[in-house]
Amino acid sequence: MFEAILIAGFGGQGVLSTGQLLAQAGMEEGRHVAWIPSYGPEMRGGTANCGVTISSRPISSPVVSEPTVLIAMNRPSLEKFEHSVVQGGIIFVNSSLIDIRAGRKDVRVFYVPANELAEELGSGKVANNVILGALIELTGVVTPGAVEKSLREVLPPHHHKMIPLNLKALEVGAGLVRGDGPAAAGAG
Amino acid sequence: MAKILMKGNEAIGEGAVRAGCRYFFGYPITPQSELPHYLAKRLPEVGGLYLQAESEVASINMVFGAAGAGARVMTSSSGPGISLMQEGISYLAGAELPCVIVNMIRGGPGLGNIAPAQSDYFQATRGGGHGDYRVLVLAPASVQEIIDLMKDAFDLADKYRNPVMLIGDGVLGQMMEPVELDEEVKPVVLPEKSWAATGRMGRDKKNLINSLYIVPENCEAHNLELARKYGTMAEKEQRWEDYHTEGAELVLVAFGTAARVCKAVVDMFREEGRPVGLLRPITLWPFPAKRVAALAGTARHFLTVEMSMGQMVEDVRLAVNGRRPVYFYGRAGGMIPVARDVYREAGKILTGGADS
Amino acid sequence: MKKVFTRPKSLKDMPFHYCPGCTHGIVHRLVAEVIDEMGIFDRTIAVAPVGCSVFCYDYFDCDAYQASHGRAPAVATGIKRVLPDRVVFTYQGDGDLAAIGTGEIVHAAARGEKFTVIFINNAIYAMTGGQMAPTTLLGQVTTTTPYGRNREINGCPVRMSEMLAVLDGSAYIARVSVHDPANVARAKRAVRKAFEVQMAGLGFTMVEVLSSCPTNWGLSPLKALKWLEENMIPYYPLGEYKVSGDTTPLFRHDSGADGGLSKNDPAEVG
Repeated sequence: MFEAILIAGFGGQGVLSTGQLLAQAGMEEGRHVAWIPSYGPEMRGGTANCGVTISSRPISSPVVSEPTVLIAMNRPSLEKFEHSVVQGGIIFVNSSLIDIRAGRKDVRVFYVPANELAEELGSGKVANNVILGALIELTGVVTPGAVEKSLREVLPPHHHKMIPLNLKALEVGAGLVRGDGPAAAGAG
Repeated sequence: MAKILMKGNEAIGEGAVRAGCRYFFGYPITPQSELPHYLAKRLPEVGGLYLQAESEVASINMVFGAAGAGARVMTSSSGPGISLMQEGISYLAGAELPCVIVNMIRGGPGLGNIAPAQSDYFQATRGGGHGDYRVLVLAPASVQEIIDLMKDAFDLADKYRNPVMLIGDGVLGQMMEPVELDEEVKPVVLPEKSWAATGRMGRDKKNLINSLYIVPENCEAHNLELARKYGTMAEKEQRWEDYHTEGAELVLVAFGTAARVCKAVVDMFREEGRPVGLLRPITLWPFPAKRVAALAGTARHFLTVEMSMGQMVEDVRLAVNGRRPVYFYGRAGGMIPVARDVYREAGKILTGGADS
Repeated sequence: MKKVFTRPKSLKDMPFHYCPGCTHGIVHRLVAEVIDEMGIFDRTIAVAPVGCSVFCYDYFDCDAYQASHGRAPAVATGIKRVLPDRVVFTYQGDGDLAAIGTGEIVHAAARGEKFTVIFINNAIYAMTGGQMAPTTLLGQVTTTTPYGRNREINGCPVRMSEMLAVLDGSAYIARVSVHDPANVARAKRAVRKAFEVQMAGLGFTMVEVLSSCPTNWGLSPLKALKWLEENMIPYYPLGEYKVSGDTTPLFRHDSGADGGLSKNDPAEVG
């Protein structure tokens, strides 16, 4: 098992903490993990991003230059990183904020209106977790149980009251992939 | 043992605390800020002191005073700040004081930038300041190794009564990886320092912390004594990691972050069944020349990969001593080598299409 | 027979290397006498500077450090923070303290570091060959101001005691002189008080000692003392600039000068 996940968006969209949540969950499940913020030759241009590697083997390089999964939370992130995804990889496009389509034909692309779905749940802040839920359901990179446990580790105690909302967002995302949720993800 | 996800810069701080370090003197600079932030909080919890100095020049001299008083003490900075500390580091070496200095290297020269680099290799391994001296230089490549090497750094500093420098970069400092830590901070038994100048307190002989030897004969004798010590360090403290070097026709040589990228490159070759390995120096001074020389007997080519315009490559060439071609691939100014690009360079060498 | 003059125990039995008429020897002795009289020899630590007094670590028989140029206050900070119950003093000249080490002395004082600084102000760099110091008086001839210190080129002399006294971290700041026996006695009382204030944990303490340098001033020892009295004291008024705790002032500013430049006639040293 090996996934190199690149999460990119505007500063303030919570991409760094989403990555940390994923890394923590991977560690909870006994995987090798690494998390690395905005570094690398390709990581410029007003985007905040982080790379998360989760693997059953020791991780050679924590630098994610060829992601197996890209989560693009805004348009500049999609434009910047689409080309770097490995063949057969996955791109999640936050279609709430991105009005273009991905050009790659050799990867699987999922369009998720993450902000709208999050707003429906009560807070736009959990948009990342809608996509994270979809990612987990699709790839099985970590289990929902590990994510739930990790939320307690990653969120500061005074934000623990937000945990139920986060879990709901993850479930909505998972539902999109299963096709039994409130809204189906548009696969391209 | 607990497994926790930790940032490299924080791991330096926790590693220092676990090693019994209770004093930190420093001046703010990016990209090592998480370390002082961490220690400013953490040291008071264990009865220690975090003191923000007025400059790097003051920091290193506070370290000088605290080290002379027998404490386990450290400072940290990045390129420009480390440059300012060089006079003090020379004094520490001259007065044979143990301490740990962290350099999270950034792009240079001058103000450069705050992105990850390895271009302070010469400064670290050649002494950096004036006079004939060496500091022991450790280059971790993972967050767990940072924790482990911090303990070794303080032990080696005390063992040799010499400054030890731990170098990293923004990638190592800011990345998070799981680390194994004891649940509790265990008390560290520090070695006795009968040489420390702590006030005579009944001692019949005075202790002096000094690097001044005004009579040339005496200063030469001091230099010879230091050289003997450095010789012992060079003989006994070379450390490295072999990664698939057995049977490797091409050996990559890289440290720290560049070594992590090179591991991925080696993986790519090994998946194709091609004989490529990595030698990762863990001590930069003393450079693991023994191991490089041994590999020169079996490998056909060497490729040094650095985040600089080529500094460690000189040590690789010295160790290979003309027996094999030594190639270089580097990115500079805060750029990180991309595994695919290194793979391409290495491929050219394997197929005989590269210039040495 | 009663011994009326003997070497203080805190000084090693060896000849000073200082030039004839240099006042370092007097100040060393005062500090050593105070250490003896207070019974703190065993827990006192000296920090030597770079300058003529670089070897003072050899003369004081207590544990000692030799610091790099200007950094004695940083070194003393490191020592005292590790060993807060020791008595720590630095011994620094005007180039060391008021030029290259300005940052360290100001911030040590601002932090209220609990050590004592013995600051030797002789208005010149002596060890390196009589160059202009930050405390060199206007008009004073040195090897690097052969036409006299010129305000337009070199700016004005720095008054460190006044400067450091305004910082909240300083607890005792005095300027004394050693040009005659009465002033030597006063200087000793100031040194003692500084050590006492340090040991009471009240903050940063400094005694600035106006000193003579006959060699580099080009004067006989006696004339040098006279020159000090007539030229330095008007610009650098003696007195206690900061007194903390319940100690009574030792003396008041006795020169009557307000330290203004206008009162300082350019001095000429041969």
